[in-house]
Amino acid sequence: MGVGLAALTKLAGSKTLDRAGLRAPVQNLVSSATKNGFRAAGAASRSFKSARRGGQATRPAAPSDKGLFDLTPNEEQQMIAETVAEFAAEQLRPAAAEADAKLAPPDGLLTRAAELGVTQIGIPEELGGASTERSVVTSALIAEALAHGDLGLAVAVLAPSAVSNALVLWGDAQQQADYLPAFTGENVPVAALALQEAKPLFDPFKPAARARRTPSGYQLDGVKSLVPRAAQAELFIVSATLEGRGPALFLVESSTAGLTVEAEPAMGLRGAATGKLHLEGVKLPAESLLGGGSPDVFTDAVRLSRLGWAALATGTAKAVLDYVIPYVNERTAFGEPISHRQAVAFSVADIAIELEGMRLVTLRAAARAEQGKPYAREVALARKLATDKGMRIGSAGVQLLGGHGFTKEHPVERWYRDLRAIGIAEGVVLL
Amino acid sequence: MINLEPPKKAGALINQAYQAASQVLRPISRKYDRAEHAYPSELDMFAAVLDGLNSSGEGGAGAAGVRRDDKSEGQGNRNGGNLSTVLGTIEMCWGDVALLLSMPRQGLGNAAIASVANEEQLARFGKLWAAMAITEPDCGSDSAAITTTAVEDGDSYILNGEKIFVTSGQRADAVVVWATLDKSKGRAAIKSFVVEKGTPGFEVVRLEHKLGIRASDTAVLRFENCRVPKENLLGSPEVDTKKGFAGVMQTFDNTRPLVAAMAIGVARAALEETARILSEAGVKVDYDQPANLQHAAAAAYLELEADYEAAYLLTLESAWMADNRKPNSLQASMAKAKAGRSVVDITLKCVELAGAFGYTEESLLEKWARDSKILDIFEGTQQIQQLIVARRVLGKTSSELK
Repeated sequence: MGVGLAALTKLAGSKTLDRAGLRAPVQNLVSSATKNGFRAAGAASRSFKSARRGGQATRPAAPSDKGLFDLTPNEEQQMIAETVAEFAAEQLRPAAAEADAKLAPPDGLLTRAAELGVTQIGIPEELGGASTERSVVTSALIAEALAHGDLGLAVAVLAPSAVSNALVLWGDAQQQADYLPAFTGENVPVAALALQEAKPLFDPFKPAARARRTPSGYQLDGVKSLVPRAAQAELFIVSATLEGRGPALFLVESSTAGLTVEAEPAMGLRGAATGKLHLEGVKLPAESLLGGGSPDVFTDAVRLSRLGWAALATGTAKAVLDYVIPYVNERTAFGEPISHRQAVAFSVADIAIELEGMRLVTLRAAARAEQGKPYAREVALARKLATDKGMRIGSAGVQLLGGHGFTKEHPVERWYRDLRAIGIAEGVVLL
Repeated sequence: MINLEPPKKAGALINQAYQAASQVLRPISRKYDRAEHAYPSELDMFAAVLDGLNSSGEGGAGAAGVRRDDKSEGQGNRNGGNLSTVLGTIEMCWGDVALLLSMPRQGLGNAAIASVANEEQLARFGKLWAAMAITEPDCGSDSAAITTTAVEDGDSYILNGEKIFVTSGQRADAVVVWATLDKSKGRAAIKSFVVEKGTPGFEVVRLEHKLGIRASDTAVLRFENCRVPKENLLGSPEVDTKKGFAGVMQTFDNTRPLVAAMAIGVARAALEETARILSEAGVKVDYDQPANLQHAAAAAYLELEADYEAAYLLTLESAWMADNRKPNSLQASMAKAKAGRSVVDITLKCVELAGAFGYTEESLLEKWARDSKILDIFEGTQQIQQLIVARRVLGKTSSELK
């Protein structure tokens, strides 16, 4: 409760809330967010069912490889990245502090993101989306641009895409027909890919959540952790160990009996309104198994999620760099800008060097994934760099601002908290 | 289209360089580490092969230099000589970095000539093996402070001064010497001169005994009233204080990616050998399992490999930018900084992971850990690279950020 109360105290003094006439709705949100330990039923989900459909699922084609080293985004990618960067600067960055404090993204943010078409990018035209071929690189550029605005809100915005991308990649014709139309419309459902569990030394390939076979399908039991917007999500993809088979992914609608959610505020990613997902005797139809329970599908899901987190880390690390440069140039000590001291300047140089390195490694992994080449190694290395260097950059960001960096007057303390999620997080995003 | 794989068309060159590295360099690697100052005669025949590679126009496998050829202005994305040279250098230094540095006609002086010489000079000096002489006993990173003088006298310049740390200073046919035309005019007056071996007044004083790259000769040179023809000055003889240091410093934008590539090659050698040793000991690196659930040695390895990968791609980026005629000073320094510090960390940690075996002369790991240190020093130390990156990123001049 302490955390929530502190947030409440800060909010209570906020004049902007009164001006915007937002005080009452915000108070409601805060009260639900602070009810830590209070478990509620999942959000009422819309009806996702479509008519029976046979035939083949639709998969995006791999782009053709020109065989040349190239770091120039194509025109479309350039345009998308710029548009999303603008969106992040206008919609995410200004809303980030408040979202962090009240543990929820601002009203309407996800609708505006849907209007922008963030979710549609990964869905092929044949399925009502906007893509003509598999484009992991474009998705990485989007994640990077969003996370430059705010990591927590970027996660909130991208969470539905993780589910729609998984359906595009591994859903059968029926699953695609049932669920994807909702993701290409204007009212994109809140959805979440829940792989994480709150267990020390957690191995995503060995979820403690269990799936038992029943005569009509499966029964799921377990608890998933750090699920973005768990309370609002209408659709989950949940990992569980399928008895006798190993880890598998299941489509779970939020109104299914036995599913409850609980607020789970964390060190960071608070704008993503993270929650616990409790599954107690949740009965699922046989059609809820995604990708036929294939181990390869599961491995891909873990890798493509980690890739997403690496891309997010590059965006937030860039935000740190862009923030500290003017600060150290303007802040004076001993009669000159502190950037004239090597101790300060070299710290900034190291941020720039490590950021560029981790960005290139992430892009290489994305390009290989997109072209259908082996990418396990590259993802692992991108994740390692995003974890280690990302956190070091987050820490340097606070350090360079000194005591000021420790206060909420500057965003660096939030980036510090957010960047600690990299390397812990599994699932949630999927490129 | 964003793609970070080495170009397909470089496959043959990479393979050739790899074959040469594994069949020519590796087998004599330890021999010339022990026999410091002995000339590796095995390299003579090999150098002829490299000459062929370099003259093919697709770049070679050594310090072929980087030339911004106006004729090669093309449309769209280019993967050219810079990228090929970097890729070839990586393979060769996987074999042995000291031997690559000893390769006839592949000296850094050759890179300087190839990068800044005019057409007439290129024709005259292109076939020579040229070393590079910048550092002096009292000036290292601060190359603007050099005291070797060049005084105009009729059709010649007269050079006086002492140079240290000259790679292949004894073996090379010529040396590119940095000297000042007028100490009072600062950086702008620093010019480079090609001094051919046998020129009266040019003397090799001694050879250094070193921590690593022992197969590569490092000489101390002295110039005493050494008369050099005027046409041997590289670039413009004008002392243009506005243009300043640009002429000579331009070389570094081109040679730094090469030194970064050398570091990549050594790092890869150490990583591959360590992976083999760990595997024999029953430790395999798993790219999917969380690092914290793996053997501590495997987790350490992953961290090293991640740094390697970042350095590798930064190096390719800086070469690719040169190929595409984008200014790459910042990226070249980033690559050099990252590759230099990573290769030291990687090779030292690999010795530790391999234990006593890695520390003995039975393994090349200890040699690579000695060789690597120079790669974080020459062509601009780690700290100089950080300074360059910091100035660029922060928008500071060298008088503001010292």
